Amino acid sequence: MEIKPYGDTLNDGAVQISFSLPLPLSTRGKKAARELVIKMGIMDPRIVFSRDLGEGFSFYIVYGNLIHSVESEILGEDIEEEVTLDYWEINRLIEEKIGRKLVIVGATIGSDAHTVGIDAILNAKGFAGDVGLERYPSFTVHNLGSQVPPETLLEKVMDYKADVILVSQVVTQKNSHIHNLTQLVELVEGSALRDKVIMICGGPYISRELALEIGYDAGFGPHTLPAQVASFIVKRIMEDYQEGIKGCVRGERMKGRTRRVKWKNW
Amino acid sequence: MNDTAPDDIEILSLPISLKEEAFSLGKGIAEEVHNKVKTYSTFAIERASLRLLGVKGANEEGVPWVNIFIDKCAREGKLSRGALFTLGEVIISNGKTLQEAVEGVATGAIDLGTIFPQDEKKVKELMTSLVSRSIEDLLGMRRKRQEMIDSLTPGEKPLLYVIVASGNIYEDVKQAKSAAMMGADIIAVIRTTAQSLLDYIPYGITTEGFGGTVATQENFALMRKALDEVSLKLGRYIRLVNYCSGLAMPEIATLGALEGLDIMVNDAIYGILFRDINSTRTLTDQEFSRRILSLAGITIVTGEDNLIKTVDAKEMAHTVTASQLINHHLALLSGLPPRLIGMGHAFEMDPSEEDSFLNELAQAWLVRELFPQSPIKYMPPTRFMTGDIFRGMVLNAAFNLIGVMTKQEILLLGMPTEAMHTPYVQDRFLSLENALYFRKAAKSLMGEFRLREDSLMRKRAIEVLNNGVEVLREIKGVGLFEALAQGSFAEIKRPLKGGRGLEGVFAKARDYFNPFLNILPGTIISRGTNYGD
Repeated sequence: MEIKPYGDTLNDGAVQISFSLPLPLSTRGKKAARELVIKMGIMDPRIVFSRDLGEGFSFYIVYGNLIHSVESEILGEDIEEEVTLDYWEINRLIEEKIGRKLVIVGATIGSDAHTVGIDAILNAKGFAGDVGLERYPSFTVHNLGSQVPPETLLEKVMDYKADVILVSQVVTQKNSHIHNLTQLVELVEGSALRDKVIMICGGPYISRELALEIGYDAGFGPHTLPAQVASFIVKRIMEDYQEGIKGCVRGERMKGRTRRVKWKNW
Repeated sequence: MNDTAPDDIEILSLPISLKEEAFSLGKGIAEEVHNKVKTYSTFAIERASLRLLGVKGANEEGVPWVNIFIDKCAREGKLSRGALFTLGEVIISNGKTLQEAVEGVATGAIDLGTIFPQDEKKVKELMTSLVSRSIEDLLGMRRKRQEMIDSLTPGEKPLLYVIVASGNIYEDVKQAKSAAMMGADIIAVIRTTAQSLLDYIPYGITTEGFGGTVATQENFALMRKALDEVSLKLGRYIRLVNYCSGLAMPEIATLGALEGLDIMVNDAIYGILFRDINSTRTLTDQEFSRRILSLAGITIVTGEDNLIKTVDAKEMAHTVTASQLINHHLALLSGLPPRLIGMGHAFEMDPSEEDSFLNELAQAWLVRELFPQSPIKYMPPTRFMTGDIFRGMVLNAAFNLIGVMTKQEILLLGMPTEAMHTPYVQDRFLSLENALYFRKAAKSLMGEFRLREDSLMRKRAIEVLNNGVEVLREIKGVGLFEALAQGSFAEIKRPLKGGRGLEGVFAKARDYFNPFLNILPGTIISRGTNYGD
């Protein structure tokens, strides 16, 4: 089956687009807008609103009908949404199966001063009514705050004997977030700790795929709730546990295993 | 701000005794801080003093001359009596100009260790005259700017504030002019990430930054010139904002004064909590900075909005109020008149909660009524902006409506793309259109209403003020420094000896000399000298 955007009739391909051009509002500006939209594969573009923004800029809102479609066959099977365990279940599992508190160290690294994300997950208050990891009796949380150099974060991970590293990156210009995150993985690998800690990153531009690609165990994007992160942590640790690794989780995780494969299974 | 504060703003009828207690506690806490920081100076204050005298420039590696000079003074043990005294000795013994003397010491051409002690009276006379001249220059520049402002219309209240943050000052200039033409009254150039942690001012015009544009004297000048051009074209004065915070706070204040900035975000408590700057360092820096800003007639805005971005804004609203009461009095003690003390706060309550709009309205009125002579800077929703730009416009509309109804003077406009990226050029248009609608459509709305006897809004405002007073009592008991160490604000603990920049603080010697301290406005309450009027 062909899939197209839906406005009010199947396969009408209706889309809305808005953008600015570095041209003053003029017939030339409008023509440029229309031609660009046609190049995007949109038939019959209608500029429903345009406005001069001064300094040689103009703004357009355009509606039209997309000529492209995708075959439903290429979409594959739906990957089931991750089931998030709740607060009580997470604490119960850790208490019963692990028998000690898990240590979490969190920070924003590099030059990034934005702590909104890490605070939403870690601060007791949590986010959108979901309590933060500090409030879980089964976690000991060390929130190092903002602009922590990766080296310092690593030191703290060792000091606290952390089970989990949680890093947040918001600033993204010139891909600085990827650089910082990669640097941290390299440091952790360099000190032979990579198999001993779960590494999680988060931020508005972080996706699960990106995180796995650069060597993290998980990545969480915008609107992630603390329970989703907690749920991932406990499942990952339980998983190792069920595979027969007894005792302390830390230090006895399976070495050399590619997490990318593992991730997809659970 | 240059106009009188809005009249007829009493609507909450707050209990007078409660208000009095709140102000008296704020005063007590601020005085204790003020008395402590007056005994210190910092490397940044000494550098700012040199910059106020007109010292400029940097070496080939971009290290400012003032930094090298002050570091050398410190190494030679010549700082505790004040860098200006040492500088005076160098000038007299070497027959150099001010700039030559600083550069000579910085490059090593002049060795501080071999400077002969000079006649104290002569040194002091020389430096006092240089300081007086620089103050005259600054006041002259202020008068000139005021003449320009007076020749234009000031813009309607609330003034609409938008940010530019491209990282490239030339792109910033284009975007700022575009925003002004679409109705913006105030342009803030966001600083590059982590500039607040630099213990110096970078040099030159810059075209690269992360999440913002480097604050340099040269960038300030470029943007000021562009806004002056667009102001004259529009016949409406466009104000320029930058950040007077971080480790180089007093130097940034100096540059703001020299380059004609109108508003500076200035809040030591923000630096302590969110940048982990040492509390003594930055509160000392802030005192001196505010005296410079007062001399230059620059409006400060405080950063209380940040206190409720990481905690529940409804539960913790009173910490905003408590911090404002302290900050306001600290500013008075540093010579700022109330109309130059902009109090910051924000619309950050969870919009999914019942009556969140009512609670936001109560909070906005509370701030407005507590500080009737001060401009209030209202910050838009950020925490609950999700990337759903359409819903974001709804929240921003609610924010704008409250801003207009409660006569906030400075509205920092929310962008629909908040939480996604720094604003696109069209985001500013959409936000300005939103705010311009409410500024016009709801102009006289609130004058129509009086609160009922059992008003929920009044009840909420009194509850917040009560809780604020409670917090102030606790802070008063231990002092602000200890309260910061205990985590009284935003659940963040900052110990007295922790944080960045402590090494740049020193106790002033008995014979410490800095004529700026005698001439800059300060503690207007007792001295009666006030350049701010």
